Amino acid sequence: MIKVQSEDFETGAELAALSSDRPEVGAVASFIGLVRDVAGPGELSAMTLEHYPGMTEKQLQQLEAEALSRWPLDRVLIIHRYGRLLPGEQIVLCAATSAHRQAAFEACVFLMDWLKTKAPFWKLEEVDGKNNWVAARQGDDDAAARWQTKQSDVTETE
Amino acid sequence: MKLLYFAWLRDRVGKAEETVNPPESVKTVAHLTTWLAQQSDGHAAAFDDPIGVHCAVNQEFARADAAVGPDDEIAFFPPVTGGWGG
Repeated sequence: MIKVQSEDFETGAELAALSSDRPEVGAVASFIGLVRDVAGPGELSAMTLEHYPGMTEKQLQQLEAEALSRWPLDRVLIIHRYGRLLPGEQIVLCAATSAHRQAAFEACVFLMDWLKTKAPFWKLEEVDGKNNWVAARQGDDDAAARWQTKQSDVTETE
Repeated sequence: MKLLYFAWLRDRVGKAEETVNPPESVKTVAHLTTWLAQQSDGHAAAFDDPIGVHCAVNQEFARADAAVGPDDEIAFFPPVTGGWGG
């Protein structure tokens, strides 16, 4: 399930809803991303997340489908917020449910790595009274590339 | 052809979207950015260095050699950035 929204989310309720009607689920893995108050050398007072409505939902749905095809999962949840957020606020929630923990853990890491490079979000940081667009980090591409290697390995053995 | 601009590209171009009718010789994303860079000072500031500019055609990521046509929705933006520290 994909939700792109400006409002905050209730993690406990969201996670409970994933498995409450599914007695066969034995594992729920989740990740929550928060706004930090640091931005390089300065102190961050707020950040505004901009996205591409339509494309964001499309990309996240593809990501969900990809995770469901790679691991024996029951459900995937991605909630991503947009708009102006303050330090400490929740930005993103990723969760995967499965019969066993390994698939749920791995899928969660995969979702987060790919989210950072595939979902059309941009962040504007307010630091010391100035607005700065944040540049992409090479480390994020590297993290996502790990999974591409894995995918080609799978293709070769099939 | 409908164009959308995000993040600092929008700031430089000075608008979030516009409809353009480029000449028929504009057949790819690369042709389009070259043509756009000549349309105004703002466009020039946005497209002078196309290395830092990413693109989507009809909401799918597209490379510089991707085809573009009059009915397409084409978006230009900086590399995407996840919004949390980790």
